[in-house]
Amino acid sequence: MSLFSNQKFRGIFFQLLTTIGLVAFLWYITTNMFTNIEQRGITTGFDFFDQVAGFGISESVIAYNDTDSTYLDAFYVGLINTLFVSFVGIFFASIIGLIVGVARLSHNFIISKLALGYIELFRNIPILLQILFWYNIVLAALPSPKQSIVLAEDFFLNNRGLYVPKPIYESGFVFVVIAFVATLIGIYILKKWANKRFDETGKEFPVLGVSFALIIAIPVLAYFISGSPVSFDNPALKGFNFRGGMSYSPEFLALTFALSIYTATYIAEAVRSGIEAVAKGQKEAAASLGLTSYQSLKIVVLPQAIRIAIPPIINQYLNLTKNSSLATAIGYPELVTVFAGTVLNQTGQAIEIVVVTMMVYLTISLAISLILNIVNKKMQIKER
Amino acid sequence: MATYEMKEAKPAPKNLSGPIRWIKENLLATPLDIILTVLGIAVLLMIIPPFVQWAVIDANFVGTTREACTDGGACWVFIKEKITLFIYGFYPESEYWRINLSFVLFFVFGALFKFYGQSFITKIAVFAGYPVLVYFLVSGGYFGLEAVSTDKWGGLTLTLIVAAVGIVAAFPIGIVLAFGRQSELPIIRNLSVIYIEFIRGVPLITILFMASVILPLFFPEGMTFDKLLRALIGITLFQAAYIAEVIRGGLQAIPKGQYEAADSLGLSYWQKMLLVILPQALKVSIPNLVGASISLFKDTTLVLIIGLFDLLAMVHLTGSDAAWLGYETEGYVFVTFIFWIFCYSLSKYSNILEQRYNTDHR
Repeated sequence: MSLFSNQKFRGIFFQLLTTIGLVAFLWYITTNMFTNIEQRGITTGFDFFDQVAGFGISESVIAYNDTDSTYLDAFYVGLINTLFVSFVGIFFASIIGLIVGVARLSHNFIISKLALGYIELFRNIPILLQILFWYNIVLAALPSPKQSIVLAEDFFLNNRGLYVPKPIYESGFVFVVIAFVATLIGIYILKKWANKRFDETGKEFPVLGVSFALIIAIPVLAYFISGSPVSFDNPALKGFNFRGGMSYSPEFLALTFALSIYTATYIAEAVRSGIEAVAKGQKEAAASLGLTSYQSLKIVVLPQAIRIAIPPIINQYLNLTKNSSLATAIGYPELVTVFAGTVLNQTGQAIEIVVVTMMVYLTISLAISLILNIVNKKMQIKER
Repeated sequence: MATYEMKEAKPAPKNLSGPIRWIKENLLATPLDIILTVLGIAVLLMIIPPFVQWAVIDANFVGTTREACTDGGACWVFIKEKITLFIYGFYPESEYWRINLSFVLFFVFGALFKFYGQSFITKIAVFAGYPVLVYFLVSGGYFGLEAVSTDKWGGLTLTLIVAAVGIVAAFPIGIVLAFGRQSELPIIRNLSVIYIEFIRGVPLITILFMASVILPLFFPEGMTFDKLLRALIGITLFQAAYIAEVIRGGLQAIPKGQYEAADSLGLSYWQKMLLVILPQALKVSIPNLVGASISLFKDTTLVLIIGLFDLLAMVHLTGSDAAWLGYETEGYVFVTFIFWIFCYSLSKYSNILEQRYNTDHR
């Protein structure tokens, strides 16, 4: 019997072969890379992070200016903008997706078909096309600041962006925050108590409704007792543009619209298939136990549906975050635009910059999958 | 003696059958339903009539210049005038027939595969012969055909080429990666996992940047790749990871007994995987494979960011043509329509395939 028919030997042999091939390939490309870098006189290393960037960024949450901020600051600005636009996108995508997903299951023919139309329309159009459409067609067609569309008092929409009042928090606002946190703790205790009472006596307590009322009423009460500690800086038309208030650029709006509308179609499908996947027998069993349709939904269908729907929805959150990189096509200053765009062009250090950019997204992805794993573990059916 | 006879069944009351019942049940069942129905109709009225008004009733279809667009609606003349740019990009006009012929050949080879698909020679001809033929036909430089460099390729042609190459070339790599991830050999398994998770964790645009900026640095001075080839490499490497995950899903659905049966027949690893496991796994994966292909088709638009002129980029470009300023909307609606048709019909096709290959005993 030859050595080659030994499974163990074969396994080791092929793995060795793969490793040697891979190492040889890596060695080949790195040596080439170093020769090329030397020949073209490209600087290497991460020293550029400390150099002054010298370019302006239109939107920034942290302090940034074009005279003494470094490339590292620019990197942070991009990163924060990526996270910010992703967060806002995820928020709206979840709301739209939930509504459309439930509407899709409605018995009302028109509502269900409208939801279907929405899903089939927007998910079959490339996201980049949608971003460009919102930016170049819809938002570019908005009137100039002087003819702004007034959405509500002190809310203005024009071709420079969306202008809203800026809240200014005075020192008394801390009471509102304390009241809010205290309410959260209170609700947690209430829930524990209600569960315990339910286990002992079988009496139910409307936790959801009461908590909802409390979480709104108590902070509002605290707000007025502490003497309305929030004032607003309203945007006002001065000359050709608005001053004061907060503004969101057309780039940001286009990106948020496109990302939330596109991702919502996938979330809607996840919600729908989650609810549909709950076996019919479960609903029938709930009904035969004498549960009302609300009880059946709340304690039988939804807990199972959520378990099925959550993983694909979290995956879509990740996709949305990755898709936010397409902002580079319209120039919203997020990570790819600022860092893999402007900084790369100025420093010419492509390898470092592309690798760092990839690592950032990889970290976000890994963080999200970690969350997903924890959620999955928590949600798993605990069989006894 | 009393006789008992069955009375003939009465027809259902009018309001419990037919369209009236349908409307009652589906549109007006509860007060909330009535409100929703009214709202739904209002939304439809807000969207559809203005769009039809713009796109059809007030639109201009005839003419050759923007002066022909007088009715205030859509100016389809713009699309009509630019259609060759949208389809062929900057490809020389005298050579359009080569692209047309490639399209025709697609259907010829498709028919060949449909009717003689069982034979090995046909499979080779379709999956290896057709791409090679199209490559020579479109790029030229041989057999007396004028060479057309890839920077002239563009429009829908380029979109389809990028999508087709991405889908086809990523497939074998994806299969190998999926096998690798399922392998019992630790080094091979871990390498596959690292590759797949890395690629899936980063946006396509960063991979395209990598392919267009860093890839040339990896090879010796004289070896140059043109921009299109670099984009194709990036897209293929990207898609392979997604295909691998789809096929892995299929592999996991195959019962362990199939592996054991193949082993006990004395099949080798590759015989087992290629003859027994993979055919079943692919069948299960068809809907997801089509789904991944649709995603890739949509993602091909990203090549415009690294400077290739696909369909979307051509529309973007012609929108800023001085002679046709202000007709960008028509361009966007047109390209939306094209992409939508492709993606929607692909997804419907996957439903058909799913049913055709569904061999569940029910």
